[in-house]
Amino acid sequence: MTQLSVVFKRELASYFATPLAYVFILIFLVLSGVFTFYLGGFFESGQANLSAFFNFHPWLYLFLVPAIAMRLWAEERKSGTIELLMTLPITRFDAVTGKFLAAWVFAGLALLLTFPMVITVNYLGEPDNGAILTGYIGSWLLAGGYLAIGSCMSALAKNQVIAFILAVSLCFLFIVSGFPMVLDGFSGWAPQWLVDAVASLSFLTRFEAISKGVIDLRDLLYFVTLIAAWLAATAVVIDLKKAD
Amino acid sequence: MIEIRNLTKRFAQHTAVDDLSFSVQPGEVLGFLGPNGAGKSTTMKMLTGFLAPTSGSASILGFDIQTDTLKAQQQIGYLPEGAPCYGDMTVRSFLDFIAEVRGYKGAEKRERVARAVAQVELDAVLEQSIETLSKGFKRRVGLAQAILHDPKVLILDEPTDGLDPNQKHQVRKLIQSLAYDKIVIISTHILEEVSAVCTRAVVIAHGKLLADGTPLELESRSRYHQAVTLVADEALDQAALAALPGVAGVEENSLEHSLSVLAKPGQVIFPQVNALIAERGWKVRELNVERGRLDEVFRSLTRGESV
Repeated sequence: MTQLSVVFKRELASYFATPLAYVFILIFLVLSGVFTFYLGGFFESGQANLSAFFNFHPWLYLFLVPAIAMRLWAEERKSGTIELLMTLPITRFDAVTGKFLAAWVFAGLALLLTFPMVITVNYLGEPDNGAILTGYIGSWLLAGGYLAIGSCMSALAKNQVIAFILAVSLCFLFIVSGFPMVLDGFSGWAPQWLVDAVASLSFLTRFEAISKGVIDLRDLLYFVTLIAAWLAATAVVIDLKKAD
Repeated sequence: MIEIRNLTKRFAQHTAVDDLSFSVQPGEVLGFLGPNGAGKSTTMKMLTGFLAPTSGSASILGFDIQTDTLKAQQQIGYLPEGAPCYGDMTVRSFLDFIAEVRGYKGAEKRERVARAVAQVELDAVLEQSIETLSKGFKRRVGLAQAILHDPKVLILDEPTDGLDPNQKHQVRKLIQSLAYDKIVIISTHILEEVSAVCTRAVVIAHGKLLADGTPLELESRSRYHQAVTLVADEALDQAALAALPGVAGVEENSLEHSLSVLAKPGQVIFPQVNALIAERGWKVRELNVERGRLDEVFRSLTRGESV
């Protein structure tokens, strides 16, 4: 566990060693504001909730989260430091999880900085703050899912740009897998259980449920399993590709 | 002790390390020699647990690198080829990170870092970020992280590659000062380094072991071993030199105006040559007995293998 926290600390500090972290946070805050107030019609809807804010998160994260994740392993491989990291007495689990958690906490930090939204909506009306809290939890879990996918793609590609594109594509698939356009493609020939399985993989349906204030154990389990599975895949990919 | 048994690594197209077996005892400084692409780095990567061997095994002080990876890695200080470090960190924060990974905390951590910094003379750049450092300093940062936990086993992949002569000398002195109770493995293709720091040399090419012995033993395989080189202003009687007992032949080096009198294997010819000089009254400016030329041994060993 101590090893994990050492890796975590180094990784988190490395985000702030360059202007990257601040630029990222700035872009995230500006875009989430733009989406909420202009595209989401926060004022026009006249409702005291943050659904206009949270509804855009799956799409906002689609591009921003892979940008955080792309450097996780690709940079280690490119600069050769992966050889250093993997020959230090650190388990694969500690290395993969430590790095992931650092990225996740960083994403959480960016998310927390949207607190003026909460203040605004509380000033304007009387929102259900419980629902807002679950919205934040859901949003953070969603970011974790994206990050775990991005971590695996970053381990797969030595080039950060390729890692980014792979992660965006895969995350996109996970978003749209609940959409009729995808399900229609399956429903013609596939058995019902497969259609249901594909539909249940979607980020969107899970996220919408949580962000509406309903925390279902199955939805939590979905995100936790998804993250664990992609991190396990990351570890396997690193073992296969680290020397290339 | 390090034991390597039938270590083999195959990549998709080629075999990088082919059935390599040897062991290294504490106190030995092993020079791992070979042309580029001989499998030196691959062997070191397997020894440190970075790569898994295709077959065979390696153990570090009794810990198998495959099954007891973490315990084996705790014993090792490793400088990978090119000394990769996290460029965006300062030297101090990087060494702090290594110390923490190695399990040091508080005062002990500070003491360890301070000692490693003093050993490789990094005080001047402690607060600089690593990517701004010169190649020599980067290499020293890599060395500092390898020796920080005072490991029983030091594995250094081309520790002096790309350094200037002063820095090379410094690194060699450091290795010698560390070596007395450790196992040190250095890979290199610089032969002077082997004579300078190693107590034992292992030559490999195409992943196969070609020679294993002290640098002196290797030198004695040279046809220049025990050769006598003469430099004189006047022309010398080459036929008389060649006729001396134990002499295998005479080579003329026109550039230096010198003659090399080669000895037959196992023979000492210096007394005979010296006696002949005295008898003829030659004015000889320089007279050297050669120990043998490592580069020549290296070439004949590795070239024979590659064609």
